[in-house]
Amino acid sequence: MALLSIQDLHVYLGESHVLQGISFDVAEGGVTALLGRNGVGKTTTLRALMGLVDRRGTIELAGDDIQSVPTHKIVRRGVGYVPEDRDVFSALTVEENLRLAERDAEPQYDLVYDLFPELRERGKQAAGTLSGGQQQMLAIGRALLNDNRVLLVDEPTKGLSPLLVTEVARVLERVSELTTVLLVEQNLGVVNHVARDAVVLDTGRVVHIGPAKELLADKPMIHRMLGVG
Amino acid sequence: MSTFLLLTITGLGLGAMYFLIASGLSLIYGLMGVLNFAHGIFITVTGYTLWFVESKLGDVPVLPRFLIAALAGLVVGTVFAALTELVLIRPLYGRHIEQVLVTVGLALAVTALVTAIWGSDARVVAAPAWTGQTTTIFGAHIPNDRWIEIATAVIVLFALEAFLRRTRYGLIVRAGVENRAMVTALGIDVRKSFTLVFAIGGLAAGIAGVLYTLYSTTVDPQQGTSLVIFAFIVVVIGGLGSIRGTAWAAIIVGLVQQYANYYASSGLGDLSVVLLLGIVLIARPRGLSGSFA
Repeated sequence: MALLSIQDLHVYLGESHVLQGISFDVAEGGVTALLGRNGVGKTTTLRALMGLVDRRGTIELAGDDIQSVPTHKIVRRGVGYVPEDRDVFSALTVEENLRLAERDAEPQYDLVYDLFPELRERGKQAAGTLSGGQQQMLAIGRALLNDNRVLLVDEPTKGLSPLLVTEVARVLERVSELTTVLLVEQNLGVVNHVARDAVVLDTGRVVHIGPAKELLADKPMIHRMLGVG
Repeated sequence: MSTFLLLTITGLGLGAMYFLIASGLSLIYGLMGVLNFAHGIFITVTGYTLWFVESKLGDVPVLPRFLIAALAGLVVGTVFAALTELVLIRPLYGRHIEQVLVTVGLALAVTALVTAIWGSDARVVAAPAWTGQTTTIFGAHIPNDRWIEIATAVIVLFALEAFLRRTRYGLIVRAGVENRAMVTALGIDVRKSFTLVFAIGGLAAGIAGVLYTLYSTTVDPQQGTSLVIFAFIVVVIGGLGSIRGTAWAAIIVGLVQQYANYYASSGLGDLSVVLLLGIVLIARPRGLSGSFA
């Protein structure tokens, strides 16, 4: 059974019909990549799953309908979220950002500091003064603090240096051993490295579902669907 | 020298009053995006409760009588603020026009109700004698109530800072001021903190109401709404959502008002504050703290 099942999901943003009835499943374990050109609705899909935008359709988490569940309760059911622009709280320190994210009785600080030792060293530093890469570490660390059933990660390598991209890919690989990940990512090298399945969106519709490696090996299809390669 | 000192201390006293009112307004807007035009009635409700209780304790000596009445006023004012959020504001989150209409309507309705019940004339409150006397420092005769106003504002400032920095709710409020949706995406029901912030705002405004009553020894139906106008200016100058910015702005506004009234012309104080607002909006549109606005 799919851990996350999305059926006929529609989202309107103002006059724009951004998601036009998308349907796909996210299997338990591993990384499912959500791909597509800019503006096709990838980020909106994650925001819809989180309940951060008004949506219509069916969203099931392990068989439970969460379509009408408010965001904070979706999170408490075990859905972690790493947003596209990191959205760390710039006026709060690194420690405060992490403390705010605690929701389990025993938050997994050992895991977070093991993956990102720099966060421990910079605990007293205001998050707004961190570099982009450090903010990304904090955003991912914040989500990993709790025991999630599924993690929604939106473009974690966006704007990062090649060295940091490799680092993030390594972290995602480790995270995928711990929980299920739905990953929006433009960097196909990272997708190739970590993803098992791929879902491709185009203008608000699902146009491809299948194993990620097969998709990425098919250059003409990649060029047609994603405009790269 | 003595005149300047007098103007400075009384200006700080005025600033202290503005800070107490503006701090709640600032937090409420910063966290919830609610422009609370009903904030002034928290002062009115506190003031009238104080007067009502004080008038019923005729046999009790003035100081304990005033303290008991002030405490009753603060409790009622705080509960009234929390109920305002729960009953009127909560159903209207995200609907800004309706929020403005309901808070303006509430302010008008409460003022009209108070006027209908107790009349438009000011009601006299017996304040402790010491607060009506002066203390002479370097030749300046400083009214004693100003010291209480300044000391109270400093205590409230430190208490708010401690709440915001040392408690989980404070953490939620600070984060919520920055990005409310992301706080929710961390699994936190941010709306629970809305009522608390409204109650804190109501309490701070109520404290201002008690201090204003101490200063004027009267309560009247309009006192809340007249004070809240300058508090809004303080909030915009200080930067919405920033307690420290609000504190600095309150001090500046209080001093400018006093100095302008004396050194320029009586009545120019209010105009000076509006000019100051214009300058800040042009030079630093996000206010002194640089956040929001």
